Amino acid sequence: MLKLENLSKTFGEHRVLDGISTVFPEHETTVVLGPSGSGKSTLLRSLNLLERPEAGRYHFDDELFDFGKGLSNKEILSIRKRTEMVFQEYNLFPHLTVLKNIIEGPTQVLHEAKDTAQKRAQELLVKVGLGDKADAYPSQLSGGQAQRVAIARALAMQPKYILLDEPTSALDPELELEVLKVLRQLAQEKQTLIIVTHNMAFAREVAARVLFIENGQILFDGPKAEFFNTKKQRIVDFISAMTFENI
Amino acid sequence: MQKEPVLLFTRSAGSLHFPTGSLRKKFSQKGCEAGMWKIVTDALPQLIVAGLQYTIPIAIISFIFGLGLALLTALVRISRKKSIFFMVLKAFFRFYVWLFRSTPLLVQLFIVYFGLPYLKISGIAPDGIKLTPLVAGILTFSLNTGAYCSETMRAAILSIPKGQWEAAYSIGMTRTLALRRIILPQALRVSLPPLANSFISLVKDTSLAASITIVEMFEVSQQIAAQNFQPLVMYCLVAALYAVACTLLSWLQGYLEKITSRYVSNIN
Repeated sequence: MLKLENLSKTFGEHRVLDGISTVFPEHETTVVLGPSGSGKSTLLRSLNLLERPEAGRYHFDDELFDFGKGLSNKEILSIRKRTEMVFQEYNLFPHLTVLKNIIEGPTQVLHEAKDTAQKRAQELLVKVGLGDKADAYPSQLSGGQAQRVAIARALAMQPKYILLDEPTSALDPELELEVLKVLRQLAQEKQTLIIVTHNMAFAREVAARVLFIENGQILFDGPKAEFFNTKKQRIVDFISAMTFENI
Repeated sequence: MQKEPVLLFTRSAGSLHFPTGSLRKKFSQKGCEAGMWKIVTDALPQLIVAGLQYTIPIAIISFIFGLGLALLTALVRISRKKSIFFMVLKAFFRFYVWLFRSTPLLVQLFIVYFGLPYLKISGIAPDGIKLTPLVAGILTFSLNTGAYCSETMRAAILSIPKGQWEAAYSIGMTRTLALRRIILPQALRVSLPPLANSFISLVKDTSLAASITIVEMFEVSQQIAAQNFQPLVMYCLVAALYAVACTLLSWLQGYLEKITSRYVSNIN
């Protein structure tokens, strides 16, 4: 279980996260929605400590990390091993083949044996539908393929949480579908996903929970069904704008 | 024609040895009779030997030391460590780069070879720091090329997109591991052309070693010119030899770029 208490972060004058408190249960997919600049990406990146909030408490299972006191490198690394990021721009390592991209973390960080890591990497590639791409370089992949490799790379670390920051925003609808199918499958297998997205149809289908953020604050935090049936005007407007309904 | 060059260790300029007036005319005519081809074939072996013995080894050894120094300098300068020790270290390396990029290489050679013997430090070097010409040369060339290459490497490291660092951090890498496994291999590719530039410059700059009594290729060409009174032929010849060496290096650069760029496009 991952729990946040009063997370705050400012960029200069701008308050990006303004007292965020929420819980991300395991084996559940949370979709984070909100307009651009609302702080949802920053929130996601804070979970992996790519952003360091200035204040707030971060509970990971029984462990407590206090951002106000600062985190040691050891603490940061221990959190990062349990949370994996998937980026909008994939960020595959261009100088490594697909297979080496996937085993880089397990062999270098978790110190797994190379053949074990390779075997699992190959299985993960099959799982994301790219069993024949092990020896390709990232530059030889389409965006959809690259993002699926990135998902396999995240899975290879066997993290408790996979954090996806607008994973399909750079893709056209067909390539997006390839990626979303993989994510849906992972959600069905009870892999914990936290996804920042603008794709409402996907949120409607895959999310268990929805977090709606605006101006660094949580406007909605609850089950999916409740979110899509809410009477809160701001959220009703947002949903209809995103889905072209009732406009 | 004399085969062995007379080794001259103290001189200020090649032109000093040129005879003047009728003597020059006489020798020039003799040169013409002997034929251009003979002048070249007589001088060529000596020049090549000097090149293989001094020019190329000095360039290669200096560049290897220079690269090591450059990498160290670049890494210290991009380091995020905030301790006093690191702040001092950073300032030191910044000063080093400034110093060697802001003063002429020839002057640096003179200071190290002719100047340091007068630097008397009680306890460490009471009689001054006396270096052999070769050591002084390699030391100066290494420090000089290291200063330039460190900027190349620093820029190359900084040119790698932030997303690469983040992806490395995300899979739990420390900064050091991310640098070693993810950033530096990519930075190497970016820095290859400018580093090759530096190496090609260095090969030509070794000709300055003549001024601190090293009998490298250019020095030998001056000595031969002083004997056969064919400065135009000799200096063009030595220029051609530098050009040949640098052309080979350009080819090597192209080859290395091809290897390190394998992953970049779909060309395969």
